[in-house]
Amino acid sequence: MSQTRSKTNRVAPAAKRPVYLIDGARTPFLKVRGKPGPFSPVDLAVQCGRPLLLRQPFPAEAFDQVILGCVNVLANEMNPARVAALRLGMGEKMRAYTVQINCGSGMQSIDSAFRSIREGSRELVLAGGTEALSHAPMQVKQDAVEWLASMRGADSLLERARQLTDVKADYFMPVVSLKQGLTDPIVGLSMGETAEVLGQLFSIKREDADQYAVISHQRLARAQQETNLDNEVTPAFSSEGEIFTKDDGVRSDTSVEALARLEPVFERPYGQVTAGNSSQVTDGASWVILASETAVKKHKLEPRAVIRDSAWSAIDPGIMGLTPVLAIDMLLKNNRLRSEKIDLWEINEAFAVQVLACLKAMEDADFCATILDRKQPLGTIDRSTLNVDGGAISLGHPVGTSGNRIVLHLVNALRRHGVKRGIATECIGGGQAGAMLIETT
Amino acid sequence: MTGPILSHLNSRAMELGPLADSTVNQEHSWQNWKLAFDDKEIAWLFFDMQNSSINVLSQETIVELGEVIGHLELQIPKGLIIRSAKASGFCAGADITQFQELNDEKEVLVRLQEAHAIADRLAALSCPTVALIHGACLGGGLEVALCCDYRLALPDAKLGLPEIRLGLHPGLGGTARLTHLIDPLEAMTLMLTGKTLDARRSKQKGLVDAVIEERHVVNAVRAAFEGRLKAHEGGIKDRLLTTGPARQIEARQMRAKSSEKAAPEHYPAPEALIRLWEEHGGDSKQMRQAEIVSFASLLTGDTAQNLIRVFFLSEKMKKLAKATDQKIVRVHVVGAGAMGGDIAGWCAFQGLHVTLHDPQIETIADVIRRTAELCEKKHRSASETRDVLDRLIPDPDNLGVDKADLVIEAVPEKLDIKHQVYKEIEPRLKQGALLATNTSSIPLKELASVLEKPGRFIGLHFFNPVAKMQLVEVVDQARATKTTRAQANAFVGQISRFPAPVKSAPGFLVNRVLMPYLLEAILLIDEGVAAETIDRTVEKYGMPMGPVELADHVGLDICLDVAEMLAERLDQPLPKLPDWFRSRVESGDLGRKSGQGFYSWKNDKPQKNKDAEEPGDDLLDRLLLPMLNACMTCLRKGIIADKELLDGAVIFGTGFAPFRGGPMHYARSQGYVKIIERLEKLSAKYGKRFKPDPGWTEDR
Repeated sequence: MSQTRSKTNRVAPAAKRPVYLIDGARTPFLKVRGKPGPFSPVDLAVQCGRPLLLRQPFPAEAFDQVILGCVNVLANEMNPARVAALRLGMGEKMRAYTVQINCGSGMQSIDSAFRSIREGSRELVLAGGTEALSHAPMQVKQDAVEWLASMRGADSLLERARQLTDVKADYFMPVVSLKQGLTDPIVGLSMGETAEVLGQLFSIKREDADQYAVISHQRLARAQQETNLDNEVTPAFSSEGEIFTKDDGVRSDTSVEALARLEPVFERPYGQVTAGNSSQVTDGASWVILASETAVKKHKLEPRAVIRDSAWSAIDPGIMGLTPVLAIDMLLKNNRLRSEKIDLWEINEAFAVQVLACLKAMEDADFCATILDRKQPLGTIDRSTLNVDGGAISLGHPVGTSGNRIVLHLVNALRRHGVKRGIATECIGGGQAGAMLIETT
Repeated sequence: MTGPILSHLNSRAMELGPLADSTVNQEHSWQNWKLAFDDKEIAWLFFDMQNSSINVLSQETIVELGEVIGHLELQIPKGLIIRSAKASGFCAGADITQFQELNDEKEVLVRLQEAHAIADRLAALSCPTVALIHGACLGGGLEVALCCDYRLALPDAKLGLPEIRLGLHPGLGGTARLTHLIDPLEAMTLMLTGKTLDARRSKQKGLVDAVIEERHVVNAVRAAFEGRLKAHEGGIKDRLLTTGPARQIEARQMRAKSSEKAAPEHYPAPEALIRLWEEHGGDSKQMRQAEIVSFASLLTGDTAQNLIRVFFLSEKMKKLAKATDQKIVRVHVVGAGAMGGDIAGWCAFQGLHVTLHDPQIETIADVIRRTAELCEKKHRSASETRDVLDRLIPDPDNLGVDKADLVIEAVPEKLDIKHQVYKEIEPRLKQGALLATNTSSIPLKELASVLEKPGRFIGLHFFNPVAKMQLVEVVDQARATKTTRAQANAFVGQISRFPAPVKSAPGFLVNRVLMPYLLEAILLIDEGVAAETIDRTVEKYGMPMGPVELADHVGLDICLDVAEMLAERLDQPLPKLPDWFRSRVESGDLGRKSGQGFYSWKNDKPQKNKDAEEPGDDLLDRLLLPMLNACMTCLRKGIIADKELLDGAVIFGTGFAPFRGGPMHYARSQGYVKIIERLEKLSAKYGKRFKPDPGWTEDR
């Protein structure tokens, strides 16, 4: 699994159709607090899909396809993309499929839409991500399942009685599948543990991680106050009459002192990754609308941005948090750009330590020379251009949604700041990363 | 959702058995029934009434059925399956127009005996008989199905015996056959309430033996004829409940419950049905004979005749709601308050796509909750409720205007607020969209004054609560186009309400006729008469609720507003509201919604003093005649087109004693001369507000 050279895609892009991002919307992100939230994954997709479709000048049936990222698909919502499309009234003819590349799902949907429009097979695509981690199923342990099966197969009363004596108390303890989902099966490390590894490899200090986390909360709190999120967050309404208008994981009053008191959550007692400097477990959905030039002309649309390019990279799962660096490197090389030319950055805040490790790697001459084949370091990202309105630490990380949110938010932030170019990227459990290069129109 | 492809294919789906082969020879000249035999010698009998989209049991169709049975008796098939060829359902019941024409009790008896004879012969056929039921299977239709050995229902089947709603009970043997088929108490409840059961609940209670899909029909029918289908069987409990002493006890309980719902002196049918069960429940044949006599007596009585009339009033109003080419698919509602929210929820419940705007999202959120509760109350499944709520889209940014086929404005009753809304909305309305207002008091002419294109503007005045009150006043204004009027009426039909086209005049129809009645009640209270006495007088007359309770129920603030508006705008004398009334409203006594009005309200029920004194002689007249007088004024001024529509509108908009046939029908039955006399007497005693309207003397 160790390669000292990264792979780069040296194929020059052929003349391809431009792909525009027209509009997008997301639900408020709701922190998981023990019991199932009021919305299933498809419910969330419908909540933000409805107002988004309502404000377009074309009918919902005009789309060619719907692509939805979702990791934790519920058994009664198979292929949530299609269920969402039908519930959104897009018509029986609406083709729809669901994608899953772990944390990258919400960006993969955009990428798949982007490429199909670019090659000319689609004109107008709705691409999103949704996740309701609060609905993560309880699973019965494997040996409990086998015991149940033998009970059912028992032919006589005597047989059944014999089976009963085999029962063990812990058959009735369900496994929280969420914990399983966040552990990599190849290297046997949880996501948090991979962040701890990076912390050591790049000498990230606990205080710096906590400080980063506080800034994430402060930026989100300020963004909420200054209504910077108003044109992307649409309120959600439950059947009990509850309203959700804001991302509710934000702690505007948090401080480095308060975070310093938290115990490490993945590697007790000597680790440095805590609940306070990690992304939160959250429910949320997001959609963006992508269109070809043809669709823009046909429906007289006003694009907000152009998707220039995307890049995907892979690395040892044990240090998955570092993979965005490779994706950024690929994107910059393929588009002949220096990092200084990027005006705003969104790097998904899976863990503060992980983000800081990426930033350090980009400045590290040895890493850039050996791994990225660069004579100069990739560059230093100005913190004031990174995750300007907070990130997953304060907002939460609905796994299948974040990739979609950071692209949507990057577009809105570029426009609000009046600047041109941005990169959105995220690490993916399993050792991958996706990155997108966006330019405002 | 059923898309175009499946919709197209569904028309092929009905299992026609031997009739699918169009080469089958139709030897008989029956106009309403088709008979054919399949290769297993099973007879398939299709009810297909000529010149009608639904099946009903009329003299002609019953007589023909008798002929078909006669034919089958000569050469008994291996089995008989009866189904309907109509998409609408098995059979909607008896032909009620023919009911109306029968007013000679003797003639009714003869007709019923003939019909019973035919039903009895069907029940007596020696081969197994199966009724295959889809859609509406009501009244006499269900009674025919009860004559069969088996009943199979398709998932859309709706079974019921709603005769009680016409002041009758089942008259084709159903009283006996149902009580001897299923739990007799369940049977009696069904007949006393007139409620309809869906397929699942019909199976649960034993009315049908299985619920099957269309694609199962051939196999299910074969199972029935080969003895593999288990027919519903009553248990020991059912037999115990049918013994004499048990029936007496049950009858007592049923009487108590029934009289709570409907005063027996006004509605004789429940008592007649209970007595049938009490006296004859032990013997099915005897009960059927007694049923004939009882039915004939009820049918020729006033209550049934009046309720049948009311049924035709509702049919007349339904006809006004004839569908146009342009179905309303998307509705945008502005204002999510008590009325706007209910309207939006009801439209979503009826299948329309609704966007709901209000400046306060909390108000919108509450509508979502109320609509979810409505779905639960109406026994909708989780996925049906989900679909309703998916269609009810909160719209804080007022985006839905552009795509709406109909915009309903339900914002507060202030001209400047409404004008502001129209100015914002009108430029965004799509081609062909309608703009409607739910105003109850502002003249449409004034509202329309800011509109560039007033042709598409009309009033749609709903009543509270929307889910219960079936009336919508469709308020005309001079510049509305014919298309707009037709579309507005059709929309009302789309959401299962009854339209009453009225002219834009203060109070339109319902509030205008109701107000003198309510105001007189308040004056009486001012004179020292107890609220309970007032209410009891009118409830004795037959109203579901007295005027004082009604005022509290509607809201004393609303009554005050309407009263002031009418006093200002109408050029006729109305009783003057006492000052203490206004002070009470201002101090917060609003009635039910504030917990205190004329009555104290607890758990949505008024706390009434049971020992209130008996009413004086002219109390009823003082309350009722102003309403009748106002009705005549509305007719004379052309606010509503004719007496029948007026009666229908007042009944469905206020619950006016339906068994009286409506205010104008009641007035006619009293005689206009008498009405004038009594009004003059009251006028002399109490004031010119009682002066008879000129319309009474012009022969109308």
